[in-house]
Amino acid sequence: MRKKRIKTGFSPGSRPKCPSGIKGFDEITGGGLPKGCPTLVAGSAGSGKTLFSMEFLIRGALDHGEPGVFMSFEENATELAQNVASLGIDLEDLSARKKILIDHVRVERSEIEETGEYDLEGLFVRLSHAIDSIGARRVVLDTVESLFGGFQNEGILRSELKRLFRWLKDKGVTSVITGERGEKTITRHGLEEYVADCVILLDHRVTAQISTRRLRVVKYRGSSHGANEYPFLISERGIFLVPITSMGLDYEVSSERVPSGISRLDAMLGGKGYFRGSSIFVTGTPGTGKTSIASAFAEAACRRREKCIYFAFEESKDQLFRNMRSIGIDLSRWDRTGLLHIHATRPTFSGLEEHLIAMHRLAHEIRPKIIVIDPISNLTEVGDPLEVKSMLGRLIDHYKSNKITTLFTSLLIKGANEDTSREGTSSLMDTWIQLKDIESNGEHNRGLLVLKSRGMSHSNQVREFLLTDKEIRLLNVSLSSGVVLMGSSRAAQAAQEEMDAVRRREEIERRKWLLERKRREKDARIASLEVEFAAVEEDLTSSIRMEERQGKASIETRKELAKLRKADNKTTTR
Amino acid sequence: MVDKIKLKSSTKKFEKAAADKEGKTYILRLYVAGTTSRSNKAITNLKRICEEHLADRYDLEVINIYRKPALLEGEQVIATPTLIKKLPLPMRKFIGDLANTEKILLGLDLLKKDWK
Repeated sequence: MRKKRIKTGFSPGSRPKCPSGIKGFDEITGGGLPKGCPTLVAGSAGSGKTLFSMEFLIRGALDHGEPGVFMSFEENATELAQNVASLGIDLEDLSARKKILIDHVRVERSEIEETGEYDLEGLFVRLSHAIDSIGARRVVLDTVESLFGGFQNEGILRSELKRLFRWLKDKGVTSVITGERGEKTITRHGLEEYVADCVILLDHRVTAQISTRRLRVVKYRGSSHGANEYPFLISERGIFLVPITSMGLDYEVSSERVPSGISRLDAMLGGKGYFRGSSIFVTGTPGTGKTSIASAFAEAACRRREKCIYFAFEESKDQLFRNMRSIGIDLSRWDRTGLLHIHATRPTFSGLEEHLIAMHRLAHEIRPKIIVIDPISNLTEVGDPLEVKSMLGRLIDHYKSNKITTLFTSLLIKGANEDTSREGTSSLMDTWIQLKDIESNGEHNRGLLVLKSRGMSHSNQVREFLLTDKEIRLLNVSLSSGVVLMGSSRAAQAAQEEMDAVRRREEIERRKWLLERKRREKDARIASLEVEFAAVEEDLTSSIRMEERQGKASIETRKELAKLRKADNKTTTR
Repeated sequence: MVDKIKLKSSTKKFEKAAADKEGKTYILRLYVAGTTSRSNKAITNLKRICEEHLADRYDLEVINIYRKPALLEGEQVIATPTLIKKLPLPMRKFIGDLANTEKILLGLDLLKKDWK
């Protein structure tokens, strides 16, 4: 078991618990089965009752140092050993080491004649002997209801079973009693009446030809527990339960940033990239480059030496490697170093829940920093949109609480699910990158837009998204009279703009030159005017002086004359 | 106390009975849970039947399950009291206090069914 428990909101409470060792189960029950009490596990044929109880015993014996007795009313020791061999457990070895004791109780009605009153003391003695001989702390009675087929007197059987469960409790062993699912009651013979502490229901459903196993804790006296149906998987590593339906929104968030692997995209996302532990949603119509964005992100993670899981639902591993190599992303290198783990399956390979469990299990085992799911939309093939949404919610909560940054891609079909995708999953996502297929002038171009990104200022502009054979590039788009231009028209527009600019520059030069010329012209004219003026000035000044001199001279002369004539000044001056 | 009730020395008798080609000797094992009234009733009933119908050709061993719990698994005993007819074949099991004599006699092939 992992040390860090997933927060599920179920506290162990005051009731002592016995860890079942079943992955996920202890989390929904706040620690496991009620210690020292019997638990009823009910389910129809093939729902996994025997494996559940066997796993409980084996985990107890191997991980918790609690030997166990398996009292089987159906299969014998050899059959059981074969069954659990599929879980990688050597039951014969465990029996030999006295960790587990298997007691096969065979009841054949045809061999038995009932000749009066009896009790099941023989069973008690057998069980007691088995428990004592290995010091068992755990007991399983696998389909004790088989006894109903072996004995005619149901009254005796019922009172004896009641006594048996009481006896098990008094003995202080933690026990699991399995029972066949009944039509109206939980078990066919109403065992739930006698086992009052904890009742677990296992279910096996097939929808759209895909089977899903589910587990539900019907009742757990004196303890809080998850009341939902939890999907579980019987894998080669035992029973695996997904305990996350009830996760709260109380995970810690990080303000650390994770580069997207595309520098221009980082620039659009406030200059630093995504938040660590956030969920990123990349949507786009076919061929818009969702996988490329996802791969760039995965590769960048590997370059930082962070572990990454890539769930590919569309392409095989090799196909993905080849395709991404064409845009200069070499994923196979990281696959070889073990940093990148690619898990490629078809969505229809198993039920939705099984995919979910696989995603959990791998995350649990590999402990990646980055998870890519490409594409999530394919899962709608195996589940209805509501289920997919709830699954996504659970998955995201789980990953977030483990600080795993997750990138989901989703295929949009134009017009068909564009809106539903928007409403359905948007609220779960922190960053939404939309890839657009823009078709104009007979060509197809890719546009990229950050539709939303919680908690950061992000660019609101569409960028042209180019896949070259070396890298992924983001280019500014051109705007011409309110129309966004991309691809060749963007190039044409750029050329046009270039020409315009040249022309403008020339015009400016020309005007500057003209201005200069005018200025020079003006200066020249000013100079010549000044010369002219100077000449005139001199001319005029000298003539003015001459006139003044002449004027003075004539006054003097007149005075002389008057003196000579001795004339009256007044008259003469007049 | 009960487990000490051995009406014949068992091993020798068993060998003898197994060798008895006519299948006339009965090997019987009665498992009881201590000295309860039910156990005693079963023992009394069985002894009576044996004496009346098998006289000298039976080997009965009464086993207290508390004393020999290890035997239970091999014999597939769950209920008590359980009577097992080991020989002659086929093996038969009777559970209960053996109050229904007719059923036991039928089961032990001591009563022909057409007798009814």
